[in-house]
Amino acid sequence: MTTQSTTSPELSAPRTDELAKVFITERPPRPSAWSASATFGWRALLKIKHVPEQLFDVTLFPIMMTLMFTYLFGGALAGSPTDYLQFFLPGILVVSIVMITMYTGLSVNTDIEKGVFDRFRTLPIWRPAPMVGYLLGDGFRYAIASTVIIVMGLILGFRPAGGVTGVLAGVAVLLAFCFALSWVWTMFGLLLRSDKSVMGVSMMVVMPLSFLSSAYVDPATMPNWLEALVAVNPITFAVDSVRGLMSGEWPGTDLLWLSILSVALVAIFGTATMRLYNRK
Amino acid sequence: MTEAAIEVRGLVKRFGENVAVDGIDLTVPAGTVYGVLGPNGAGKTTTVKMLATLLKPDGGEARVFGRDVVREADDVRGLVSMTGQYASVDEDLTGTENLVLLARLLGYSKKAAAARSELFLETLGLTAAADRQVKNYSGGMRRRLDIAASLLSVPKLLFLDEPTTGLDPRSRNQVWEIVRAIVDQGTTVLLTTQYLDEADQLASRIAVIDEGRVIAEGTKGELKASIGGGSVHVRLRDSSRREEAATLLAETLGADVQRDADPVALTARLRETRTAGDDAVTELAAHQTGVALGELARAGIIVDSFSMGQPSLDEVFLALTNRPAVSEEVA
Ligand SMILES: Nc1ncnc2c1ncn2[C@@H]1O[C@H](COP(=O)(O)OP(=O)(O)O)[C@@H](O)[C@H]1O
Ligand SMILES: [Mg+2]
Repeated sequence: MTTQSTTSPELSAPRTDELAKVFITERPPRPSAWSASATFGWRALLKIKHVPEQLFDVTLFPIMMTLMFTYLFGGALAGSPTDYLQFFLPGILVVSIVMITMYTGLSVNTDIEKGVFDRFRTLPIWRPAPMVGYLLGDGFRYAIASTVIIVMGLILGFRPAGGVTGVLAGVAVLLAFCFALSWVWTMFGLLLRSDKSVMGVSMMVVMPLSFLSSAYVDPATMPNWLEALVAVNPITFAVDSVRGLMSGEWPGTDLLWLSILSVALVAIFGTATMRLYNRK
Repeated sequence: MTEAAIEVRGLVKRFGENVAVDGIDLTVPAGTVYGVLGPNGAGKTTTVKMLATLLKPDGGEARVFGRDVVREADDVRGLVSMTGQYASVDEDLTGTENLVLLARLLGYSKKAAAARSELFLETLGLTAAADRQVKNYSGGMRRRLDIAASLLSVPKLLFLDEPTTGLDPRSRNQVWEIVRAIVDQGTTVLLTTQYLDEADQLASRIAVIDEGRVIAEGTKGELKASIGGGSVHVRLRDSSRREEAATLLAETLGADVQRDADPVALTARLRETRTAGDDAVTELAAHQTGVALGELARAGIIVDSFSMGQPSLDEVFLALTNRPAVSEEVA
């Protein structure tokens, strides 16, 4: 514990004689669930404003991944980088955004560490509001990252058959899935002790899932046992849904499974998160 | 007495094998500062967190203005605020943003939240730092902002968990001033501290806790009176007469006499153990001291100065636990 001096000249003495003025006794009615969540979302945006470096992760990383894979494997996998890009861009979009969802767990964990959470938890507000607030703030990041990746894809020669509507529908489906998936990370953020372990566990889940999916290569080219495994990977449902929508098809079955999966994620991990949050 | 702000019966909290709070009983009268005094690890923070609905008790029950902290947690949250031991403001945000955020969460409109945050920053002397990120605040400024954040809701009960630990003396005094002003507005304050003089300065009643139990409770006077009638300090002109003076004092006061490091100084600890109020004890001690000084004069021992005092809370702690209070060193 260190003593910090308060000799900064601009710090004036407290005016305790004025304290009566601030003690007006009537309190406003409690905020609605939505208003409380939106306020926490605003907090997340403020944090991005003050620490803009955190946007590097969501912009530079996807750019790097897209460039690397397109030019490294494009020729070998699809004949030319441009041909591969038509297949690969929706895949890398899903994988990048799924990777970014891990940061939700990190922010939850750092907040707890610092004690800010203790204050939120003593407020008479809708209990899940702080968590929903994180997800709203993260939605903003996902949107930025999606835009960056798609714009870069277009520059490199990505020409989706689904047009603007298909692309927007794909992004919307992806964001909805990520919103559901984030509850897994909020749970880990509350459960694990340090931000390092949160990162470690998240990586261990996300890395294999993203590689063993249909994001990088067509599963039909894989050995049967692997193809079977890839077919039941949640990321595969997400990739196939987004890929389908962007290429102007209606990936009905994939969308159905993705929806069921998303609802299940919220039901299981959302409940677990709130239980941990209330118990902490 | 009016309605109790806090009533706690047999509160228990375990962390695995470790019993952090081991059956605590407390009654905190409304409209006062109540001090919970104890060394590091005594269970102060754990107790406060249970009362503020942040931790679920493993046993016993606690009520805040009649509401159960577990079954009526949401009602309790509407009445209390807590300034935790570790700053619970957001380091990345500015002072204004922190307060506006909380005001919005309390239900104030955007406009009202901005006005209220400005008013609080001004009252607590933070206007100049309003638009700076909290991570650049000094310890004292952070504390003040934290307290401001707790006051936004005009709580009926405010928990201050070690509000001055790690602060320099000037900031500490300012926090004390703020606490006194808060109580003047009718808010009940439960304050935890490891500093004996802090409890002495601010609290009207004090509970001394150690290893998760209340080992003494009462007004400051009662606590002090419960362990003795105070002490008499004497300074002699001539150090060669000290042994003689010590013997005389021991005889006339019936007290333990301690030879201080200073070769001309003596401290006599009065062994009066009645639990009468402050005044009775003081009078008796004054009378005895007069007699003792007379004896010294008759023996021709010149006394340069003398003083008498009630026992410090330090001595109280020592007497209660048979070990000195281990205050965290402030670097
Ligand atoms: N979250 C926790 N997990 C495990 N042990 C804890 C936890 N919080 C406190 N303790 C233990 O409980 C005891 C009381 O701690 P605390 O209430 O913080 O004491 P104080 O605030 O008086 O310094 C200590 O032995 C501490 O190590
Ligand atoms: Mg503590």
